[in-house]
Amino acid sequence: MPIFSLVPWVVLIPVIGLSINLLLGRRLGEAFSGALATLAAGGSFVVAVLLAVGLSRDPHPVVVPFVDWITLGDFSARWAFRVDTLSVTMMLVVAGIGTLIHLYAIGYMHADVHHQGDPGRFTRFFVYLNLFIAAMMILVSADNFLMLFVGWEGVGLCSYLLIGFWFEKGKDGIANARAAKKAFIVNRIGDFGLLIALFLMVANFGSLDFSVVFEKAPALAAAAPGVLLAMTLFMLLGVTGKSAQIPLYVWLPDAMAGPTPVSALIHAATMVTAGVYLIIRSTPLFVLAPVAQATVTWVGALTAFFAATIALGQFDIKKVLAYSTISQLGFMVAAAGMGASVAAMFHLITHAFFKALLFLAAGSVILGMEKGHERAHQFDESGHKSAGFDPQDMRNMGGLRDRMPTTYWVYLIGALALSGIPPLAGFFSKDEILHAADQYHNLVFWILLLTAFLTALYMGRQLILVFGGTVRTRAAGASTENGAIILLPLILLAILTVLGGLINFPGLWTLDHWLEHTLEGLPPAVFSPLTALISVLIALGGLGTAYLVYLVTGQVIESNSPDPLERLGFLWKGIAARWKVDELYEAIIVRPYQRLAHFLASPIDQGLIDGISAGLAWLMQFFAELLRRLQNGFVRSYALVVLFGVVAILTYVVLVR
Amino acid sequence: MLIVFIVLAFVAVGTAVSMLVTRNAIYSALFLVLNFGTVAILYLILGAPFIALSQITVYAGSVVVLFLFVIMLLGAEKLPGGEPLRWQRFLAFPLVILLVADFAVNINRLGGTLALIDLPPRGYGEPVEIGKVLFTQYALPFEITAIILLVAVVGAIVLARPQQAGVSRRDLYKRDTQERK
Amino acid sequence: MNTIPAEYYLILSAILFSLGILGVLLRRNALVVFMSLELMFNAGNLAFITFARMYQTISAQVVVFFVMTVAAAEVAIGLALMVEIFRTKRSIDIDQMNSLKG
Repeated sequence: MPIFSLVPWVVLIPVIGLSINLLLGRRLGEAFSGALATLAAGGSFVVAVLLAVGLSRDPHPVVVPFVDWITLGDFSARWAFRVDTLSVTMMLVVAGIGTLIHLYAIGYMHADVHHQGDPGRFTRFFVYLNLFIAAMMILVSADNFLMLFVGWEGVGLCSYLLIGFWFEKGKDGIANARAAKKAFIVNRIGDFGLLIALFLMVANFGSLDFSVVFEKAPALAAAAPGVLLAMTLFMLLGVTGKSAQIPLYVWLPDAMAGPTPVSALIHAATMVTAGVYLIIRSTPLFVLAPVAQATVTWVGALTAFFAATIALGQFDIKKVLAYSTISQLGFMVAAAGMGASVAAMFHLITHAFFKALLFLAAGSVILGMEKGHERAHQFDESGHKSAGFDPQDMRNMGGLRDRMPTTYWVYLIGALALSGIPPLAGFFSKDEILHAADQYHNLVFWILLLTAFLTALYMGRQLILVFGGTVRTRAAGASTENGAIILLPLILLAILTVLGGLINFPGLWTLDHWLEHTLEGLPPAVFSPLTALISVLIALGGLGTAYLVYLVTGQVIESNSPDPLERLGFLWKGIAARWKVDELYEAIIVRPYQRLAHFLASPIDQGLIDGISAGLAWLMQFFAELLRRLQNGFVRSYALVVLFGVVAILTYVVLVR
Repeated sequence: MLIVFIVLAFVAVGTAVSMLVTRNAIYSALFLVLNFGTVAILYLILGAPFIALSQITVYAGSVVVLFLFVIMLLGAEKLPGGEPLRWQRFLAFPLVILLVADFAVNINRLGGTLALIDLPPRGYGEPVEIGKVLFTQYALPFEITAIILLVAVVGAIVLARPQQAGVSRRDLYKRDTQERK
Repeated sequence: MNTIPAEYYLILSAILFSLGILGVLLRRNALVVFMSLELMFNAGNLAFITFARMYQTISAQVVVFFVMTVAAAEVAIGLALMVEIFRTKRSIDIDQMNSLKG
């Protein structure tokens, strides 16, 4: 199909966009760079749609070779694009959500750069965003694990750059930079795992191409199951890094230091789902290693539950969503582990819709709060404003429903979708995962069900704290709705969230039929009314509990009044302190490492190694002191030395010949 | 022929030695002229009339005149003070003798292969012949030489330019433009 | 006796060259050092011309021509430098120019 030869453009269009912005963006102004970046992302999306149209006619996977990259003896890695239903689905999600978030970012970053006081960074933001789209496209369109790794690292880099976008801001002027560093380093641990997996593939299969690896995998599974197990488990380590699973999830909450569009695009909708994509893509490997599959499932299920409990105890509006993202990623990973790839993909897509919506709406809330704060305090006598005021703290909000109605409605839609209320998108996808868990293992099913309950509970809590109840600060009272460029993407995403269930509506199973061309051996899709009923009841129960706790029995009236859930006692303390996981890592990994580094720095490097080099320097100085007498400043002496050399050489020639 | 050569050789060596020995730089320059002249005659015997005449015009003419001019300009015929590097002589003489010995041994070794030189054939080394080679085979080096000469001229002018203490070229330029206003 | 062995010319050239070296090494007057350099050029040229005659190659004469040109340029620059040095040091004693030393 000639249309498939368009596929390199999904990468090239954003690259062109970012190049133009990089070279000319600052001169041509905000409107230009924002529009250009959005058009570039949109161009990618158009190409992805064309590819999808092509695939709908002829759904067989196609490989489009582009560039030969490395050829070493028998091993060769080329940059080839894989066009199949799975990769194109990912492209559609990435470019589609990406375009909407670009659009939103034009408005959001305009306000943000002025609020932060450095308007010159506007263009840089869009350069990074386009770079991210390009890297993500490389990741999802790769035909071999090496190109996938290139994209994998590329999105990691963009994540680092964008988390640290305001690198000089944050607590003590270092918190943002530290968050970026943390994300980068934790991701390196995961990437190390993925690299080891790639090395194992090269060693055992001699190739990194998907087709070759999957073809040779059964033979390896028969010959050396341990190697395959190690390969898949190392891959899982990479997944836990990128997709923020236990034990490497700790970077994602801190990553909220980045601007909100970044949180929506990278840390909710697309990049963090790369791990899920990797597992689904590598299903032929995981199927051959049941232990690895079980590990994946348990990691996902436990992460889902664990993160959901923490989300319940957060007050930062974005942190709640961050832990919620970790939890939902846990759902996807668990589904992928159980072999329910389509359910995982389905949830990935719907989650991209509603979590992007929630993050963007949260950004809208934050913008409104910042504006309200400025308006409320502009007549204050003290010139310094916003000292100590946190526009992201939900305790400072309340009653925003009347002041930001559109944002409220889209937030409500997103929250209900996340809680799993029909007929919104989240219900169908979560239901599929729960159904798969029911088939797989009882305990996993119950854990996920409990997680679903917690999900509804914390979303209900957030809705009530932010939009319901009483106005708790002057800033909240003075906040107003944002402009159209912020609201338009929100409304579009809200529509997608409402209609997202149609992608794989029970009975039609569009996504199942679409993906079965790529993924082999899928179990037949089944809709279980009983599971659906339980899940709806659970969701309603969670929301109801939130209503009872936060509006009926213990309304939060003042911004410093205690959370009603504090009645839980030590459980509340645990979740509010995030189960002290960061502190645990600090104690068992970071501190010993620092101590070792100090030891290596102080006695070893500064004592021993510096001593050696200082000694060498002293020796040189000693000889130089001796030899400098030769340079006495008399030109004639130098000439004499030259003559000496000439005579010596000539004499040698004469004597030797 | 041999007698002519021997006489010329003695004159050449004698003038060279005298040039080194005299204390007065003017005498040195004059001895140098003589030396160049004898060597020019040797060139003629060797069949290089063009080079011989160039030698006389370039070396004996302009270069030595330049030397004389500078000596007189600076008044540097004689230098006061003693020799600070007296020990250098005791190294220099043996080394130079060794060098001459090396040359001699080498030339002696070549001896068998070297030809006897007689009077050159008519027309050998004429300016016409040299010109042909110079402008065909050596055209590029010739052009480069021209550039070297140009650079030398510019360099000499820049170096010999009178300098006012503490006045940089930029200041001069500034003053110039201000005056024009 | 109309012929002269080429060795004689070469020996003469070597002797002149060595005398030039002695001049460079032993004389303090920078101008005389320069003259000695010219003497060495001259000795080299003599050898070139001899070989040109021996091997009947006109190229060697061309090389001599180039050497002479470059030597002239070198003298011009060198003397300009001397004048400049004399202006600052009030002397052209080559041993006074010894500020650059270890």
